[in-house]
Amino acid sequence: MSGAPAGQRHPLLRMIAARLGIGVFTLFVISTLIFLAISLLPGDIAQQVLGQSATPETVAAFRRELGLDQPLFWRYLDWIGGVLHGDFGQSLANGRPVAALLAARLGNTMFLAAYAALIAVPLAVTLGLLSALWRGRMFDRITNVLTLSAISLPEFLIAYILMFLLAVRMGWFPSIADPGASPGFGEMLNRTFLPAITLVLVVTAHMMRMTRAAVVNVMGNPYVTMARLKGASRWRVVTRHALPNALAPIVNVVALNIAWLITGVVIVEVVFVYPGLGQLMVDSVTNRDIPVVQACALIFAAVYILLNLLADVVAIAANPRLLHPR
Amino acid sequence: MLLNIEKLKIEAKGEEGWTPILHGVDLRVDRGEVVGLIGESGAGKSTLGLAAMGFAQPGLRFSGGHVRFDGTDLLTIPERQRRAFRGRRVAYVAQSAAASFNPAWRLIEQFCEGPEIHHTADRAASEAFAHELYAKMHLPDPEHFGLRFPHQVSGGQLQRAMVAMAMACKPDLIVFDEPTTALDVTTQIGVLAAIRQAVEATGAAGIYITHDLAVVAQMADRIKVMRHGREVEEAPTQQMMQAPTQAYTRSLWAVRDFRRPVRAVDRAATPTLRIKGITAGYAQHNVLNSVSFDIPRGATVAVVGESGSGKSTTARVITGLLSPSAGVVELDGQILPPRLAQRSPDQLRKVQMIYQMADTALNPRQTIRQILSRPLQFYRGLTGRARDVRLHELMEQIELTPDTFLDRLPGELSGGQKQRIGIARALAADPDFIICDEVTSALDQLVAEGILRLLSRLQDETGVSYMIITHDIATVRAIADDVVVMKNGQVMDRGQQAEVLDPPRHAYTRELLASVPQLDPDWLRRRIAEGVE
Repeated sequence: MSGAPAGQRHPLLRMIAARLGIGVFTLFVISTLIFLAISLLPGDIAQQVLGQSATPETVAAFRRELGLDQPLFWRYLDWIGGVLHGDFGQSLANGRPVAALLAARLGNTMFLAAYAALIAVPLAVTLGLLSALWRGRMFDRITNVLTLSAISLPEFLIAYILMFLLAVRMGWFPSIADPGASPGFGEMLNRTFLPAITLVLVVTAHMMRMTRAAVVNVMGNPYVTMARLKGASRWRVVTRHALPNALAPIVNVVALNIAWLITGVVIVEVVFVYPGLGQLMVDSVTNRDIPVVQACALIFAAVYILLNLLADVVAIAANPRLLHPR
Repeated sequence: MLLNIEKLKIEAKGEEGWTPILHGVDLRVDRGEVVGLIGESGAGKSTLGLAAMGFAQPGLRFSGGHVRFDGTDLLTIPERQRRAFRGRRVAYVAQSAAASFNPAWRLIEQFCEGPEIHHTADRAASEAFAHELYAKMHLPDPEHFGLRFPHQVSGGQLQRAMVAMAMACKPDLIVFDEPTTALDVTTQIGVLAAIRQAVEATGAAGIYITHDLAVVAQMADRIKVMRHGREVEEAPTQQMMQAPTQAYTRSLWAVRDFRRPVRAVDRAATPTLRIKGITAGYAQHNVLNSVSFDIPRGATVAVVGESGSGKSTTARVITGLLSPSAGVVELDGQILPPRLAQRSPDQLRKVQMIYQMADTALNPRQTIRQILSRPLQFYRGLTGRARDVRLHELMEQIELTPDTFLDRLPGELSGGQKQRIGIARALAADPDFIICDEVTSALDQLVAEGILRLLSRLQDETGVSYMIITHDIATVRAIADDVVVMKNGQVMDRGQQAEVLDPPRHAYTRELLASVPQLDPDWLRRRIAEGVE
C-alpha cells in the first residue's frame, strides 16, 4: 500500500490545498478585472444616479461622497478591503447594505438551483447510462432526440409552453414563482416547480450526453470485456465497471451545469418573476448600481471556481492512481 | 467430452456487409486436457477461444455451428443462461492483465466478483481461496496482496493475479489468450510456471492461445494450427513438434532457423557511432548509468534487455531527443551535439530511425509517395524526375512494386508492408546509421523473418550500420554481429555475438538465455525442477 511517510500529508489533501490557493488567486485576478471593466463603462455614475437636472455642484459632491474623485487604484483597494471584511458597500439605488440585499436573493437562487439540480443530475446520469447500455437502440435514439430538442429550444419558449400547459390549462402550478413572505418548504417547492422544470429541461441534455459518451468510451476497454466474461450482467458492467472509470468527465460537466444554474438563469427568473440573483444583477446594471453589480459578479466567479474545484477533487478521488500512488 | 465446438462459423461486420472469419472450425477439449491454438495474427485463434465461452466480440456474430459445453449448446440458449457459464464453468485469462483489470477496483474485489455473481462462495471463503491461490502463484504477501490496485503491481504479478482470478469459481475450462505475450522472457517463465502449476493443481482443462511455438510446446497436450480462420492440422504435441504434416506448419517451425552468415567486421576503423559514458534520465531519476559501446562501420549491433533496461532511452540520447547529463555520442569520430536542435542537417540525415509500430509511425493521411518524398526533398534536395527515379529505386529495394504501392495510403497496407515503408523512409536519407527499435516485435514470425532478411540484404548493399533494439534472442541470433546486453540502465556485457552468447559469458546473459522457451516440450518442467518460481 501507499505507506505515506510520517509528516507527509495525503496527496489528495495537498492537492485540495493547492487548488484552493489557485482558486483564491484566480478570484483576486477576477476582482480586479471586474473592477476595471466597470470603471470603463461609459458615462458618469453620479450624473446617472442624480439625473440630468442635478447641478454640477451636487454631482461633484456626490462624486466625493462615492470616492469617485480618488484614483482608480485607491478605489479598488477601498472596495476589496471592504469585501475582505464582508462589507460589500451600500446600494446606490436604495442605500441599503449590499450584503443584506444579496443574502435574500442568493438564498432564492440557491434554492432554485438545488431544486433543479436534484432532479436533473440523477435524471441525466440515469438516462445517459441507459442510453449507453442500449446504444443504437430505440431508447437511445428517442432520448437523444428529446433531450436535443429540449436544449435547442430557447429557454423562455420552454418556460411559456410549460406555463401555458401546466399553469393556464391544467392549473396545477402557479405561473408566478414569487415566494412572497416566507412560505413553507412544501409551498416553495410547489411555487418554484415550473422554473425548476424549465431549468431541468435545459441542462439535462448536456449532462446526459456527456455521461453516455464517457461511458461508451470506457466500454471499449478490455476490462469491460473481462467483466462480461466473468458473467456480469450488462447493467452491472455499465454501472459498476464503466461508470467509476468515466466519472471525471461526467463530474466536470455536472459542475459546469450547476454553476450555470446558479449564475445564468436570469431569463427564467424574469419569465417567472422569481427574485433571484440574476434579476438583481440585471436590474443593477440598468440602474448603474455599481456596488451590487460588482458583488454579484464576484459571487458568480466564486461559484464557478468552487464548483470546478469540487469537480477536480471528485475526479481525482475517483482515480486510484492518484489516490493510492505506488 | 467437456467442450465440443463443431463447424463453427463466425462473421465480421465490414463495409460490404458480413464477411466470414471462421470457416467451420472444430475444437474438442476433454476434461483436464490443455489444447494449444497457434497461428499468425488474424488466424481466428482468439475468436475461437472466446467462442468457447459463447462470446463474440462486438462487430462479430455467430453464423453457424455448435458450441457444446458439457452437453449444452451455448449458442442456442438465452444470454442470461450463457452468463451462468461465463466465469463459473469457463473462465478467461487475457493477454494484457494491465488492461484487463479494472483500474478502479482493488484486486481482491475483482477476484471476489465472480463468486459473488455466481453465488459459488461467500465473501470470507472466496477471500481465503484468493490468499491460497496468491500464495501458490508466489505473489508477495498473499494475505494483503489483493488490497492493491492494479497500477500498484508489476506486469508479471498482475498476470499471475489474473490467472488466480480465473480460478476463483473453480471453472472446468480456462481460456488462456496469449497470457505471456506482453511479458519479458525473464518474467514470462515465472508466469508460465505459475499457470502450469495452477492448472495441474485444480485439474481444469485449458485452451492455450499463442503465436509462440516454444511456449505452446510447454503448455499443451495437443496442438491445433490455424490459418485464415481454418484449421491447418491438429496433433498431440510431441508428434506436432517432430513431424508436422502440412507445409504451412513446417514453415512456422523453420522460421527460427534463419541465421545470417558470420561476416568480417572491421573493428579497427573509426566506428560509425561511439557512445561514451552516457548517463541520462528523467527528473532526478537516472535511467542510464555510464553506458558505452561502439557501432562498428557496416555492422549490426543488437542491444538486448528486458523492459526498463534503458534500451530505448539509449536510442533517445543518440537521436538527440534526450540530452545526457554526462558522456558524449560520436558520429564518425565527431562529437554529436546533444540536442536535436543543435545538429546540422547533414548530421540529422546520417542518423535515421525505424519504429516498432509502423501503424503510428506513418501519417495515415499521406500516400506512400508523399511519405517517401519528404526525406528525399528535405535531406537530398531531390525534386521532379530525379525524385521519381529514386522513389522507384527505394520501392524496389524494399521489394514492393512501385506502381502498385506508391499511391496507396498506409491503411491499405499489411503490417509487414508498412514496416517496409518505414525502412524505405529511413533509407531515403542515405543514412550512415539506422536505429531499429523493436521493428519486428509487432509482426508475425514469418513476416518478421522477411523484414530481418531485408535488413541484412540492405546492409550488404549499402554498408549502413544498424543498432537493433530488441528483447528477442532469436532476432539477435539471426542478424547481429555484436551484442550489447543491458539491465537497469547499465551495460552488463558487450562483444561479438559468439563471445557474448555462446556460451553466455555474463551471469545475467545466462539467466536471459535460460528463460527463453525452447521447442523441447520438457524444457519448462526441467526449469521448474531447477527451481524457477
